[in-house]
Amino acid sequence: MIGLLIVSHSARLAEGVQEFVGQIGGDQIPIVAAGGASDGSLGTSVERILAGLEQLRAADGILALVDLGSAVMSVETALEHFSGPPVQISNAPLVEGAYLAAVEASNAEATLAQVAAAALQARELMKVYE
Amino acid sequence: MPITVEHVTHFLTAAAELIHAHRDELTSLDAAIGDADHGANLDRGFAAVIARLPTVADKDIGTVLKTTGMTIVSTVGGASGPLYGTAFVRAGMALADRHEMSAEDVVLALEAALDGIVARGKAQPGEKTMVDALVPALEALRAALAAGRSLGRAVQAAAAAAEAGAQATIPMLAMKGRASYLGERSIGHQDPGATSTAYLLRALAMTCSRNEEEA
Repeated sequence: MIGLLIVSHSARLAEGVQEFVGQIGGDQIPIVAAGGASDGSLGTSVERILAGLEQLRAADGILALVDLGSAVMSVETALEHFSGPPVQISNAPLVEGAYLAAVEASNAEATLAQVAAAALQARELMKVYE
Repeated sequence: MPITVEHVTHFLTAAAELIHAHRDELTSLDAAIGDADHGANLDRGFAAVIARLPTVADKDIGTVLKTTGMTIVSTVGGASGPLYGTAFVRAGMALADRHEMSAEDVVLALEAALDGIVARGKAQPGEKTMVDALVPALEALRAALAAGRSLGRAVQAAAAAAEAGAQATIPMLAMKGRASYLGERSIGHQDPGATSTAYLLRALAMTCSRNEEEA
């Protein structure tokens, strides 16, 4: 089973993505929101991200989906202090990437590489067909 | 007179005071090309560092710098948290178990800090980031020491080079961080990260100069 870590500058945005994406797998897929700075204001928090990674420790792998800028650096910093299952940071857009990752991860046999590849397809996702 | 833990504490206190005094300036620079939180974030981070300093006052320089880095990482929500946090942690690792440091050690610590910032942010010179203040500062520091200047004078030269480096970011096109999303509109604004780096170098210069005046 692959876990998803949702990292956004906004705690509410991260929780919203978790709610939206959680709809796919029911309670099957472990999805954790780690948004906002330590005091809940806009920003990212290495502590919150580390706590999120710890919650996903039982997974076979973790895909981190991020919004902008410091989200990536904060996850990388947290990873220097985390010794659990392998973690990959996705280059996919947050909402669409998390959605496609959850679809793939709803297959309990899916590997981290497969879930990561599914998330990346969000970059090519067409919404409006002309 | 070598640099001791007491001097490192003085540097961190001076840095916190400078950041606090320039908090609004840093935030307004960030408002122009980022997310308007750089001054407030760093002020919060350095205030937390000052609060933690008494708990490591009897420790070695490496421990003080590592504690500083971890405190910044856990209290600064913006990109400057992981960047400056990693810089201080790496500088601390370079000076592990040391109770005194020489001019060469100051160079080593700043090199480790730069390596940490580059490892974390992947920025190269000319991309409108902290690197554009820190790289010329290190060059000036090495050149001044090679020319036989005292550490205090050399760090003053480094601080002046950092300030010039920060000003030189004004015409640059941002290639990293939130400012890069602005593309051409990032041109014409001084980078807030390079500016705060220049203030940190100024705090270091104040400490090293005071040390020589006492000697």
